[in-house]
Amino acid sequence: MNDAVVWLTIFVLSVFVGIEVISKVSSTLHTPLMSGANAIHGIILLGAILVTGTSDNAVAVTVGLVAVVLAAINMVGGFVVTDRMLQMFTRRRKPAKEVAR
Amino acid sequence: MTATPVWVQLVYLACAVCFILALKGLSGPRTARTGNLVGAGAAVVACAVPFFYLDLDHVVPILVAIAVGTVAGAVGARRVQMTQMPQMVALFNGVGGGAAALVALLELRELLPGAGHADASWFILVATAFTIFVGSVSFAGSVVTFAKLQGLMTSAPVVFPGLAVVFGAGLVGGVGLSTQLVLSPAMWVGIVLGLVGLVFGVLLVLPVGGADVPIVISLLNAFTGLTVAAGGYVLDNVVLLVAGTLVGASGTFLTLLMARAMGRSVANILFGALKGGSTLGGGEVSDRPVKSAGPEDVAIMLGYADRVIIVPGYGLAVAQAQHTLRELVDVLSERGAQVDYAIHPVAGRMPGHMNVLLAEAQVPYEQLKEMDDINGDFKDADVVLVVGANDVVNPAAKTTPGAPIYGMPILNADEAKQVVFMKRSMRPGFAGIENELLFEDNTTLLFGDAKDSMSKLLNAVKAL
Repeated sequence: MNDAVVWLTIFVLSVFVGIEVISKVSSTLHTPLMSGANAIHGIILLGAILVTGTSDNAVAVTVGLVAVVLAAINMVGGFVVTDRMLQMFTRRRKPAKEVAR
Repeated sequence: MTATPVWVQLVYLACAVCFILALKGLSGPRTARTGNLVGAGAAVVACAVPFFYLDLDHVVPILVAIAVGTVAGAVGARRVQMTQMPQMVALFNGVGGGAAALVALLELRELLPGAGHADASWFILVATAFTIFVGSVSFAGSVVTFAKLQGLMTSAPVVFPGLAVVFGAGLVGGVGLSTQLVLSPAMWVGIVLGLVGLVFGVLLVLPVGGADVPIVISLLNAFTGLTVAAGGYVLDNVVLLVAGTLVGASGTFLTLLMARAMGRSVANILFGALKGGSTLGGGEVSDRPVKSAGPEDVAIMLGYADRVIIVPGYGLAVAQAQHTLRELVDVLSERGAQVDYAIHPVAGRMPGHMNVLLAEAQVPYEQLKEMDDINGDFKDADVVLVVGANDVVNPAAKTTPGAPIYGMPILNADEAKQVVFMKRSMRPGFAGIENELLFEDNTTLLFGDAKDSMSKLLNAVKAL
């Protein structure tokens, strides 16, 4: 198979998986889901590390380091804020039972 | 690039699977937190891998940069108040898009003819142009979104004469420069393309009204995902491709879900203001007569009701009154009333935002009812208490074609026997249109700061 076609195949299949996997989400979880997905695309950090680590030119390295900082903010901030949100969903379960009746 | 070792490819495959599991976990309440942690773990592993198999240069500066970003991101995420979370997500999304655009610019250097590699295929160059342009759009758009939600600029649509022309020119410029980049790759084309993307991103979000901004956040999130996917193709990295595509696809789907919940099309939200018809109403304050009452009167209504439905809105969270509200509901439940919270899909600033805010106040999950589940109950409700919400109970959505929110499914608060609005003033809601329900005979208004009124109301109910 042509190389580009292999990539295209992975892309198309991932589109379907992406939609399928979240199609049953309740609107309650829309915000954490958006935030979690947001954190996942912080994986561009990997790309930033790769290009910076293979650059030889001072300007390119500087730009690359900026990209690393930005991507790390996206990734770490995204996962932490999502966890903070979800923590509230789980912590609430115990007192909920006492108050309910 | 030299061939990637098999073990690295296998680790990347495992990470890609973990991202799928993470999204899957995030869509169920019980598995959400684990899902998020699985995603975070996979991201850390994937980013650590290149340090072990590649002979990377500048390792120390890179590690320092990672540390700086990690601290900034973690501190920002820890400090942010839950009410301000939507703009925080927008900001995180924007920097991700910016990073992707920069990565693509750097990779363009390697793709240029004479950079020591075989000539890049046009397909790779298309992906590079896409990443630079859309990444820049996402960055600039997210920054404007942040400014709008944070109150650094007006949240009303910003439209100026000729905006549509400039907008069109930006789009044509973006496509033209991308074509130029593919036909004869040059560094300056990539940089100009990025700059045009920044301008275009600003133009894209400026005309969007405050109430529609969440849709834009979600859309830009999907954009960034696709950008990362394209970047993965350019960098020959399968994790980026899969993770980016997953986010792009699920983000687009989520955007459509949200738009549907508001009864609007995405095109209408983005381009409604460009076509001349504003997406928002005038926002004038009306002087028509309304019925207002004190906390004691409302306490009596609530205290002797059998069925009470609470409609919470963003105003509740802004006033930090959700804890007091929960106490009030507890007291009412003890007095034998059946109390539920009716959660509109777009209550708060994003779908599900209100659930997060109420969860923070430890409101039991079972009391939170989604719109479709509770809309049939309103006609049996003795009292509906609307706290800091407005547009989501505005009957204009059903009765007034031409209203900006026309067609949006609303909570049927107007069917209840009594409606109590807790409001700071007569100012209209986020969509800027008047709410006819405020002037109905069975509607009572309790004016004041939500937290203050809520404590007075709580004390009055306790005193009954």
